[in-house]
Amino acid sequence: MENKKSILFAIIAIVIFIALFTLVEMGLLSRQYMGLLVPICVNIILAVSLNLIVGFLGELSLGHAGFMSIGAYAGCLFTVYANLPPFIEIPLALIIGGLVAALFGFIIGIPALRLRGDYLAIVTLGFGEIVRSVLNSLKIVGGSGGLKGINSGMHKSDYYIVAYIVVIITILVISNFINSRHGRAVKAIRDNVIAAESVGINVVYYKILGFVIAAFFAGMAGVLYGHNIGILKPATFDFNKSIEILVMVIMGSMGNIPGSIIAAIILTVLPEALRFLQDYRMLIYAVALILIMLFSSNPTLIEFRKKIFGKKEKGGK
Amino acid sequence: MALLDVKELGISFGGLRAVDNFNLKIEEGQLYGLIGPNGAGKTTIFNLLTGVYKPTDGSFNFNGKEMAGSSPMAINKSGIARTFQNIRLFDNMSVIENVMVGLHNQSNVSLAESILRLPKFKKGEVEMREKAFNLLKIFDLDKDADSLASNLPYGKQRKLEIARALATNPKLLLLDEPAAGMNPNETAELMNTIALIRDKFKIAILLIEHDMSLVMGICERIVVVEYGRVICDDIPEVVRNNPKVISAYLGE
Amino acid sequence: MKEFITFIQQLINGLSLGSVYALMALGYTMVYGIAKMLNFAHGDIIMVGAYTVSIVCSIAGFSPMAAVLASIVVCTALGVTIEKIAYKPLRNASPLAVLITAIGVSYFLQSVALLIFGSKARKVQSVLNLESVKIGGVDLSGVALVIIFITILIMILLTLFIKCTKVGKAMLAVSEDRGAAQLMGINVNATISMTFAIGSALAAIAGVLFVSSYGYVDPYTGALPGIKTFVAAVIGGIGSIPGAMFGGIVLGIIESLSKAYISTDLADAIVFGVLIVVLLFKPAGMLGKKKITKV
Repeated sequence: MENKKSILFAIIAIVIFIALFTLVEMGLLSRQYMGLLVPICVNIILAVSLNLIVGFLGELSLGHAGFMSIGAYAGCLFTVYANLPPFIEIPLALIIGGLVAALFGFIIGIPALRLRGDYLAIVTLGFGEIVRSVLNSLKIVGGSGGLKGINSGMHKSDYYIVAYIVVIITILVISNFINSRHGRAVKAIRDNVIAAESVGINVVYYKILGFVIAAFFAGMAGVLYGHNIGILKPATFDFNKSIEILVMVIMGSMGNIPGSIIAAIILTVLPEALRFLQDYRMLIYAVALILIMLFSSNPTLIEFRKKIFGKKEKGGK
Repeated sequence: MALLDVKELGISFGGLRAVDNFNLKIEEGQLYGLIGPNGAGKTTIFNLLTGVYKPTDGSFNFNGKEMAGSSPMAINKSGIARTFQNIRLFDNMSVIENVMVGLHNQSNVSLAESILRLPKFKKGEVEMREKAFNLLKIFDLDKDADSLASNLPYGKQRKLEIARALATNPKLLLLDEPAAGMNPNETAELMNTIALIRDKFKIAILLIEHDMSLVMGICERIVVVEYGRVICDDIPEVVRNNPKVISAYLGE
Repeated sequence: MKEFITFIQQLINGLSLGSVYALMALGYTMVYGIAKMLNFAHGDIIMVGAYTVSIVCSIAGFSPMAAVLASIVVCTALGVTIEKIAYKPLRNASPLAVLITAIGVSYFLQSVALLIFGSKARKVQSVLNLESVKIGGVDLSGVALVIIFITILIMILLTLFIKCTKVGKAMLAVSEDRGAAQLMGINVNATISMTFAIGSALAAIAGVLFVSSYGYVDPYTGALPGIKTFVAAVIGGIGSIPGAMFGGIVLGIIESLSKAYISTDLADAIVFGVLIVVLLFKPAGMLGKKKITKV
């Protein structure tokens, strides 16, 4: 069964790749949608990595944009100062961004050991705000004006391929991690910390590991974002960005990786397609968050939902 | 030397002395009962022996190592596993996955091998699943292997907890009211299974039970606590006739 | 000498700001203590209170006092409604689900305010028009003094309410053990609703005082101060009334001094930094008590 899934994933990945590649090469995509390709990739990586924290580790992180921005600044600073051929420079920038963000994931993972849910949520929120204010006042990275001149010289169509590869790597690494004894340990901690400890799970190690892996990929997403836009502004990575990623995870259903991917795609494309709804976007997100939580956690409403959607739903894995 | 040697273990919560001067020796392979009226401190003793609470005084030696004050993880790794009075399963994971979490420390498949899906990972995963499945069979849970743990009926959840604890390959198994909520038939069946796993896995078992007559049948020795103190520690025949025990159970 | 006066001035600013924070923190601390949830939307209720004052004052031309009363009524009704619709159905759900819902409610209030009033800040007449007092070169603004006075008064009243009234004791009982309280015949749902009502009324007052010293309101007015006051409640020790007071004032002073001596940009970062440090070393807060988890 495990094997069938892997083969299916490989086939889907290749088909999507070929389809996108032909569309881009033949110029069948409008400029508007071409411009969305990298943001879609960035959001998929962000959503899948945040899902690792929220859906699998069971901790609410409200500072994912903080990890993203740290990675973005670290990777993009490298690009600004290094002068290497793009095919060496971009992978290096990605790795640097990922590693620096992972270091901060480690630091944030430490309070996660001692604090219960809502306190940790506030700590991660505070972390995001601290990162943003510090970047805002740091002159070496351009302060609130932003870090400019991020250009690796890579051709746009090659950059799409890079972004696509990073997405595939993210999905593979995180889902392989989840479906291993290590991932099971993480899920066990989510379901019952005391029981997990009682069967010898190293809670300290796995909680921190969860944050480190998630932060690593969020950092890479930041680097991808930066090289696509060419400028980094601290204001981009505010609390709202963190919430936007959280909405993707929740809409895609917590602990469900394909769900996160689909939600990330929809929530990136939809605002472009439905520009006239722009003003209502936050309102829709808010209502969606409330309704999804009510319909997934209130016993009466769960019954109601099951009645309407019938037997299509089955217990999650 | 005894497998578990508890010396003058005690804990206070604020002014309350929950467990006081608790002594116990369990030999390898022994089936021991821990009984006492409600609120006597039985579960607190379990929590002390598994590192959930840190003792305020006393010590305990397990398998030749001093373990008092160690973390629950370290204690489990040293060979003590437990179940919980208020069932604590991994609710959103499947039945077999629950047991596989118990097998976690017996596998050495590394993070890198898992992420890269190397042959060692695949082999390890198959072996783990097989081991878990065999454990489920003992408790007649193999048909439920893929259902969600929280969907199991109550009695099966208790059994799954024992299977998960056994998966950690313990030398001493602490069972906290394993038969709570079961009917007399199920209880008798469970007691048989418990005696059976003791023989099959050659482990010692310390069993909390509310109902004195139940433990009398299978335990070789019984320790009785009341108000956090041991009032009797002997073979069932002696415990049964001990006046202190009788008054603790029937009142003055 | 001049530097010393500036320092005292900043300290008093901090005390006044901290008093407003303390009032807001009270709402968080009560709801957290009794309903065991972080009401993320508390800050946004403050924003609604501020808008109410602004509208009633400027459009309807009512007296400031009427505006304050209107704001209390609106916020209380809003708080209770939110509890009924969004939080009550999730009473037995996981804390994660409740917290996410609360974030949703917070966003909902902000985006509705944005749709109605737009993102431009709206001027609010101060309901407190007072002369400032000069003592030894230190300028004591009347507003600041009144804010400090009101906060202390409310703090005392609230403590008396909880200690001496039946409803207050019911609140204590629910916060201690919900199940046991229910068995003793306490109506837990009504008690939690009451908590939200009081918390929201306090938010209304805090909102009035907040805009009185800032002079404007926009849809995001409540968001960041809301989070910061939760921080204050946590630093003080959640669930404790003196803790909220202490945390609020510490936070206000830290913020005011950081703005004056370090950097305006970094003030919030410093506040959150202090929170993280406090939580790491005293997870129960400065005046909170540690709880033993039952297994």
